[in-house]
Amino acid sequence: MVRCFLIHTVCPVSALGSGESRVLYSRVFGPDEGVLSAQQRELNPEERRLLQEEKLAVVARQVRSAVSLTREASGRLLVETVPGEEALALQEADSGVVRLRAGDPFSEEMSALWLGVQSLGFALVCEPHENLLLAEVTLRNLTRHCLEHLHMLGQGSEVLLKSNRIDVLLSRLLPHGQLLFLNHRFAQSLEKEVAVYMAK
Amino acid sequence: MYSHGSESLIKQAREIQESELQKFYSRLVKQLQVKELGHETVDSLQRLHLILSATKYTRTLPSELQKRLSSLLSSPSEQLQVLSSAVLRETLPLSGQELNYNQDNISQLNSHAAALLLSQTGSRADLSSLCAQLLRSLESRPSEGPSHSLTHTLPILNTILTHSPECLTEDHMTLLSKKLVDWLRYASITQGGGASSGGFFTGPRSRQPVPIAELDGTVSGDFFTVLCVGQGFTEDQWMNVYSFSMLRHWLLTYHSVSNGNTAVDSANRLQLSLSLSHSHSFSNDDRSEVDGSVVSMVSATSSSSRLLPPKERLREKAFQYCQRLIEQSDRKAHKRTDTELQKACLVEAVCILDCVCVEDTSLVYRAFPCIKALFGRLSSDLSFARVMLPLAQFYLNHGEMAAVDCECVWKLVIGRFPAELFNDPFLAHELLRFLRLNLESLQLRVPQYTRSFPNLLKLLAWDSPAVVDDFVDLLPSLVTAGTAVELLHTLLDLPCLSATLVLQLRSTCLPISEPGGRGLLSLDAFRSPSYRGLFLFLLRGEAGSGDTIDRLSTLHELLAEAADWPRVIQCSQTVPVLLHIFFNKVIMVADKKLLAHLILVQLERSSLLLNIPNYIKEIHRVFSCHLLRLCELHPSLVVDQSHELLEFAGTTANVYSKEEIYTHVVWVLGEYLSVSCDSRCSVKLITSCFEALEAVLFEITSSAPPPGAGHPAPRVVTTLMSALAKLASRSHDLIPRVSLFLSKLRTVARGGSVAWCSNEEDLVAIVTRGEELWSLLKAPGVAQSVLTPPLHVTTPQWHRDTNVAMPLRLRALTSLTHSQ
Repeated sequence: MVRCFLIHTVCPVSALGSGESRVLYSRVFGPDEGVLSAQQRELNPEERRLLQEEKLAVVARQVRSAVSLTREASGRLLVETVPGEEALALQEADSGVVRLRAGDPFSEEMSALWLGVQSLGFALVCEPHENLLLAEVTLRNLTRHCLEHLHMLGQGSEVLLKSNRIDVLLSRLLPHGQLLFLNHRFAQSLEKEVAVYMAK
Repeated sequence: MYSHGSESLIKQAREIQESELQKFYSRLVKQLQVKELGHETVDSLQRLHLILSATKYTRTLPSELQKRLSSLLSSPSEQLQVLSSAVLRETLPLSGQELNYNQDNISQLNSHAAALLLSQTGSRADLSSLCAQLLRSLESRPSEGPSHSLTHTLPILNTILTHSPECLTEDHMTLLSKKLVDWLRYASITQGGGASSGGFFTGPRSRQPVPIAELDGTVSGDFFTVLCVGQGFTEDQWMNVYSFSMLRHWLLTYHSVSNGNTAVDSANRLQLSLSLSHSHSFSNDDRSEVDGSVVSMVSATSSSSRLLPPKERLREKAFQYCQRLIEQSDRKAHKRTDTELQKACLVEAVCILDCVCVEDTSLVYRAFPCIKALFGRLSSDLSFARVMLPLAQFYLNHGEMAAVDCECVWKLVIGRFPAELFNDPFLAHELLRFLRLNLESLQLRVPQYTRSFPNLLKLLAWDSPAVVDDFVDLLPSLVTAGTAVELLHTLLDLPCLSATLVLQLRSTCLPISEPGGRGLLSLDAFRSPSYRGLFLFLLRGEAGSGDTIDRLSTLHELLAEAADWPRVIQCSQTVPVLLHIFFNKVIMVADKKLLAHLILVQLERSSLLLNIPNYIKEIHRVFSCHLLRLCELHPSLVVDQSHELLEFAGTTANVYSKEEIYTHVVWVLGEYLSVSCDSRCSVKLITSCFEALEAVLFEITSSAPPPGAGHPAPRVVTTLMSALAKLASRSHDLIPRVSLFLSKLRTVARGGSVAWCSNEEDLVAIVTRGEELWSLLKAPGVAQSVLTPPLHVTTPQWHRDTNVAMPLRLRALTSLTHSQ
């Protein structure tokens, strides 16, 4: 299962310290893992939410660090793309996977797959025995849709103001964190539904 | 992409004043009271979501607003469902509310409301009741209803299983097994979805059922799977997709649940199923199907499985489904996305086959022909590397049982893959994970594993930050007595390997003669036949052909310009950590002879390192730390290696270029060159050591440092003085020489500044130490017991043996000396 999906900054943000990342969208699937673990049961719901947000921040920071190290090592120049060039942006994106050890920050070991598209990172945190090939394909798909439907290559803030679109996208392509084996026909059918929703 | 606009929006959302917020809430409540909710309301809801999610501290909504939002969850407009679910997820449930939403008509619970329920569950009991209700809805569902009303049920169940597998009772499992069998194996084989694409031309011809097709366009001849296509899909075909998507997880969980309902967490679930395979004992009688050919019509050969109980039946159907997928993946798909899906399906199918074979070992003989054929088909194509890993897992788990030779598998997995695909981050991650999970098994069954570190380390050399964590776990298993020295050399030259891999890739990409450009010198060297051997050694795949190369310094010169390549620098930063792990492990497996050899390697390599800023210093620090530890563990090593240690300590240049190591070498000489550590230590040895150190001390304190070198560190001077004093305390003839030096030092220092020490405080400290040693040496017997304490003092038993208690002795001494 996928535990969460994040969109966050991988560029320096003036209000934050270096290495910090601003989470623009986050979606955690399933019940809070704290609820069912003995040690975290003493926390009230407010504290649990805080803990969850902190965990997501940790993931974002780790991915940010991975993205900048990868970019530094490869020495490639960042290609600036404009709206309309989503396919190119995706092609040029850096990708990788971070191993999150048990306890850091989730109670079990996780694999965080990531795509770095210019100044933003898209991360999918899955259980490591998950089909990572499928997860990678799903992540690319989700990223492409987000870039297109939320015009993320432009200067707008739709990722913040139209987050319900991402919710719907996830509900079709990654329902409750379930990775789906979709051939092009099934995918087309779901994407049509999503497109209908986006048009509203 | 990320604009100032977005940043300021977030800032605004976080810093909104309480009064303004309350006004916003009441405005929203009013908007929600209207019958028809328009765009303005939607925008307000979205804004509310932003306000709530922008901060990690939870804001509570007024209960009126919260109630209205809850009612939106069952709104016919999906947009309102989505927004209300998203908003409510960001805040706390109203006390007492919890799982009250739509409990009566759970079958009409839409996906977004269900998501909210899931996120707000407070306990396992909540999950259990949700689970029970979902299954009830599966059992008795109305025939009408929107086509996707059921589809989110399986993902939700899967989520519940992840967190709380005990939520399912035996009956639940039976029910779901039956349903899964129906959807997986008996979904319609005709294309559906005529209704939605209606159109004007629906005539009798178009109502003819059209069979489903394969990905290459041919008409499908067998049951429906995720690799089948049609114009539209029926509901059960959708459920086929959802069922397969959760099948592996179901089989894994369901295995652990059926084994006594232990709540095994998901990360260990796979491992549990794998480890179970080792506990079976196998008979090799029934091998009739091992060499059989792959069957194309899977369902034709299946035994009449209707008589099997539900669990076993599902296992059988899963088996057939996977075999069909493997066969279907051989077809040439028209679309690239489908080709990618075929690969993902292969991975999943092999994993599921592995899983069911673990549960029922009789299936191994049916599975192996298929697996072997698949391996044969894909082994030469590196683009299928990621499919190879589950295959390797299958071979590892069941290969012994089926008496299949696995050599070719390991040649690929620990041979070709790291050597040729080191720059694929996903493969590296999965390969290293495979090694980590199967470490014990590999060490038993794959003898070449411990010799494969030159290959495996290529993954680290290429992308250190991403995989260093995995190597922290794996490195100890690669440290063996036979390969330790070569491994040490390889670790020290990891940055060179990193540079070489960069050059290798660049060499294949760039044309032979490229004018200008980065890395020209080293690239030329890489391509030049006279240096080929150096690089080929670094790129070797297996250990055993030699510890290192003679012309290391040449190699370092050739790669000098690589010292500022980011990839090389990142790699160099991981080497100290790995060295620590190496040394920690090696002391457990090495005998004294090997440890002695390692000391020599450290001394030798301390000047033979690629010149990256900070790298040499860090390595020296690691060396010093472990040199100390080794000598502490085996003090006789110092006498053993006294020749080389003395040579090192007697070279004045080392004081300046290798200060850290030099200090430690001098210290261990002073500390452990004594009869009590090794009976072979002669007076002659002590004297020659003394003379060597004395000469260096004289040299560095008599004149200014050579041009280019800084002042000798005060610590070096004091360590030298202490070492000399210690040696002298063991051979009293030497005491006058030391005392003379120390008094001369005091005199010189009194005269003001000295050429070899710029800091007055340091000089004072040095002179003070000198005075302490001088006064100590005035009483040789005392000096001996303080500077060369017998073993029962250095391995104290203070509280156990009052006779040797140091405090007692000191107290006695003090009272004696103060009586005057």
